[in-house]
Amino acid sequence: MSSHVARKMDSGFAAWLRRDLLLAYRRRGEVASPVIFFIMVSTLIPLGLTPEAAELEKVAAGMIWVMALLATLLSMDALFASDYQDGSLEQMLITPQLLPLPILGKITAHWLTTGLPLTLISPVLGLMMSLPNAGYLPLVCSLALGTACLSLVGAVGAALTVSLRKGGLLLSLLVMPLYMPVIIFGTATVSYAVDGLNWLPPLAILGAMFAASVALCPLAAAGALRVTASN
Amino acid sequence: MSQAPLLSVENLAFERDDSCLFSEVNFSVDPGDVLQIEGANGSGKTTLLRILTGSLQPSAGNISYLGQTLSACRYDYLSDMLYIGHQPAVKLNLSAEENLRWMVATSAQSNYVSVKDALTQVGLAGYTDLPCYALSAGQHRRVALARLLISEARLWYLDEPFTSIDKQGVAFLQSCLQQHVAKGGAVILSTHQDLSLTGLRRYKLVPDVEAIA
Repeated sequence: MSSHVARKMDSGFAAWLRRDLLLAYRRRGEVASPVIFFIMVSTLIPLGLTPEAAELEKVAAGMIWVMALLATLLSMDALFASDYQDGSLEQMLITPQLLPLPILGKITAHWLTTGLPLTLISPVLGLMMSLPNAGYLPLVCSLALGTACLSLVGAVGAALTVSLRKGGLLLSLLVMPLYMPVIIFGTATVSYAVDGLNWLPPLAILGAMFAASVALCPLAAAGALRVTASN
Repeated sequence: MSQAPLLSVENLAFERDDSCLFSEVNFSVDPGDVLQIEGANGSGKTTLLRILTGSLQPSAGNISYLGQTLSACRYDYLSDMLYIGHQPAVKLNLSAEENLRWMVATSAQSNYVSVKDALTQVGLAGYTDLPCYALSAGQHRRVALARLLISEARLWYLDEPFTSIDKQGVAFLQSCLQQHVAKGGAVILSTHQDLSLTGLRRYKLVPDVEAIA
């Protein structure tokens, strides 16, 4: 059997990233729903609260961050669910490669299809919520880092609840405490900037959280999947 | 020096929720063997195959690959193994070709049979660009089985591979297994079909009597 030369093996990261992006492209409507939710709710806030710029600018950063968090949370339980049902998750578990790499590929695809669009659309929503000018750059920076943290941490919750039929609520309860520091420092970044303070320290803490999540969350998700998916 | 068997299983037992599914499972597989696992529904055929792939832990017993325990040679073992489970792992939103392409990209060893050729051989020529939700259950299974043509793994674990395939498909799959075995591979499969393969052995899973009583 060794007459053929074996192809160079993929680490699994690129293959799963490519596949999940392709899948997301095929299910554009479904994938876009967190972003549409994000836009809709943010549009409703000035109508429901007050259209006055002076009032709105106080809550703008916090509201945008809360919406971004909820939008990410909405899309989180689909991360492993369909793979679990059709057997591809089982195939992922038995590949010889290190399991965290394919998982990181899936998380990256998730961020590219939810976190990144949320980040890119946020200045428009900032405009709608009359965010002061100084807040735009910090908003985009903090959302870019923060949503990546949310995807990574959410993946651990999704892995833990994958074998439960109605894991959505449990998933929210599990990851919500871990999401709190992200939203605290995310909104702090923007409000520091609006108040004319140096906004880099809270952003640096977000960066540290991101670095820790990249290193730890795929490992935790891999461990969780080994336990939950084998039942 | 006598060579260690490709795969050997000793005193394997599996318990779930405090009841014993099977125990004292012993067999060994050498290159050229086809082992058909038989047993009534619910007797643990799928569970046994999943234990062999390493995704489930047995409650007792040893599995060794070329004389080494699985934990000692996990990477080599998993690289030399191909498992096609009950669910064919076919994504409905992707086309047959895209499905096969990622399956091959994530599996360890593959030869130079191209994805297109493999799909043609399993009888899916002309369907390769359609999304898989437009294909039938039998065609989904064929997409998954096309992996067999590309794989270089020596150990094949097939869980009910003949489900929902038509007669020509069954004949094709049998010839495919025969070729694999002739090249020095080994197959462990669970099926209720009567197979006509040389080198075929049967292993009957007997439910644990004590557990039932």
